[in-house]
Amino acid sequence: MRRLTWFNATSLTLGFAFLYLPMLILIVYSFNESKLVTVWAGFSTKWYGTLVQNEAFLDAAVVTLKVAVTSSTIATVLGTMAALVLVRAGRFPGRTLFSGMIYAPLVMPEVITGLSLLLLFIGIGLDRGILTIILAHTTFSMAFVAVVVSSRLMSFDRSLEEAALDLGCSAFDAFRLVTLPIIAPAVISGWLLAFTLSLDDLVIASFTAGPSATTLPIKIWSSIRLGVSPEINALSTIMIGIVAVGVITASLVTKRASLRQQAEERAAAQQV
Amino acid sequence: MGQTVFEPWNDPDEKPLIQFKNVTKRFGDFTAIDNQTFDIYEKEFFALLGPSGCGKTTMMRMLAGFEAPTEGTILLGGQDIAPIPPNKRAVNMMFQSYALFPHLSVWDNIAFGLKRDRMSKDAIAARVEEMLTLTRLTQFARRKPHQISGGQRQRVALARSLAKAPKLLLLDEPMGALDAKLRQATQFELMDIQEKTGTTFVIVTHDQEEAMTVASRVAVMDEGRIVQADTPARIYENPSTTYVADFIGDVTIITGRASPAGEGYEVHYAEAAAPIYSAFDIDLAEGETCHLALRPEKVSITAERPADRRNAVQGTIIDIAYLGNLSTYHVEIEGGQMVKAQAANTRRLSRRDFTWEDTVWLSWTDTAAVLLRE
Repeated sequence: MRRLTWFNATSLTLGFAFLYLPMLILIVYSFNESKLVTVWAGFSTKWYGTLVQNEAFLDAAVVTLKVAVTSSTIATVLGTMAALVLVRAGRFPGRTLFSGMIYAPLVMPEVITGLSLLLLFIGIGLDRGILTIILAHTTFSMAFVAVVVSSRLMSFDRSLEEAALDLGCSAFDAFRLVTLPIIAPAVISGWLLAFTLSLDDLVIASFTAGPSATTLPIKIWSSIRLGVSPEINALSTIMIGIVAVGVITASLVTKRASLRQQAEERAAAQQV
Repeated sequence: MGQTVFEPWNDPDEKPLIQFKNVTKRFGDFTAIDNQTFDIYEKEFFALLGPSGCGKTTMMRMLAGFEAPTEGTILLGGQDIAPIPPNKRAVNMMFQSYALFPHLSVWDNIAFGLKRDRMSKDAIAARVEEMLTLTRLTQFARRKPHQISGGQRQRVALARSLAKAPKLLLLDEPMGALDAKLRQATQFELMDIQEKTGTTFVIVTHDQEEAMTVASRVAVMDEGRIVQADTPARIYENPSTTYVADFIGDVTIITGRASPAGEGYEVHYAEAAAPIYSAFDIDLAEGETCHLALRPEKVSITAERPADRRNAVQGTIIDIAYLGNLSTYHVEIEGGQMVKAQAANTRRLSRRDFTWEDTVWLSWTDTAAVLLRE
């Protein structure tokens, strides 16, 4: 083992402090007895209690989840289809333009995406509410799904599909029975990416949300303007907790699966 | 021996299973297959042999249905297959990469094609068991492709493509991913399975030894054309061009001018040297340029001039390639022409008769050198 030099130790400490100190402060103060955020007055979990009774927050949370699940699901279907065309269609006139346009929402400032969608919805007379947020989120997260899935498809062995056709599959069956199960991990991570993007989006949601539906980020943002309350800290702590559990579980599952696969491949190589 | 020789291509009553009729395939400006007409018969083990880019894979992909011919027709059992998509053809293919479905077990991989035919569960199970037994995979049925070795994967791919009992099985470089020892064993296994199932096999390979071992007929391809299609023995002993002679095995090509002499021709290859006699009767004019293809193992190497042979030349050993059982001597004869001669190492290496810079006599029989026009 190499010893940690003082320089490395300092960089490590500073780096992690930079990343996690703000979150740590937030978590600590969510257990504060006092209503004043900056004054420590002893340990308490009462803010978690009041949070559960706050209907406005709960409603916003439900809306956020509905939007995230629906928009990420639609985005995954559309994004996967776009990726298939992008990787498979070969050369056709305007291919470069098409692929460029798929990726454009990735770099487009959110304010512009939000504004243009707002203008569209007003133009076609669509009342702003949960539907418009779903549409808006689908629009931008679809591009992310397309990127994730197309990078997987590029390394996909086409002969697998040809083998399925050769063995009597129709083109659709070949996709359903062979391609989709193999690229499933990429499709799932595309879905998760779309889901988290939708979950924490503030800018586009605030352009497209209406009085009938508010998402959690919008709710938090608007209540901050009235002053930071320990309730918000408690809510944020719960969100951090959910995300942390999700990420850790996912990485543990992937790691165990890859370790098992390695062990099995080693065992297979030993027998002829 | 009451056994009849398997040579359906010499039997005018025999109906070919596959007929290529003036088939041309172009990709843009590039002509992959150039106006080819040939037949493949039932129960044949037909090898398409050639360097990469010669069009052999295109030929196979047209049979499988992944490519359509630009011109001409391909008939399978007398029926034009152009309008039939790959999933409706009685043709199966074993892919070079094996293309095993990684998310399915060995059993499900083999059952995959059968399930598409809507066979009953029992019939599928029976057929899969039969295939597992044929390829000696019964104990690995529940494993996934990544849990078995390369040789086993190759057998799964073979079992999967044979499960539907196709009229024609296509094999794309089936042993490309195996090491040399395993490859040899697998070649014999493949011949055995071909014989047991009675399926027509078409194999694509760039390995001439593999083609010679397994095939009933070998088609040597070059730049989109079949140069010669014949039995391995005839390809080796009677190549039709210097390309075929050079592609199959080791050979010395001597170029010279022909002059008729007796039953065959004398070939003058160098100013001062005596001509080489070849008793091959092809139609050549006096003074026409021709080539002699001489296999190294047909050339004897001796210290003295042998009295009984018409073809004997003197030369100097420039190089010796020691192959263990054999040694190949590179001998420079008059006119700077290099001739390869092979001798079995019947004695230990330290007792070898000839070494570098030795002057030796090379000789061969009247029929050893094959006379070729091109």
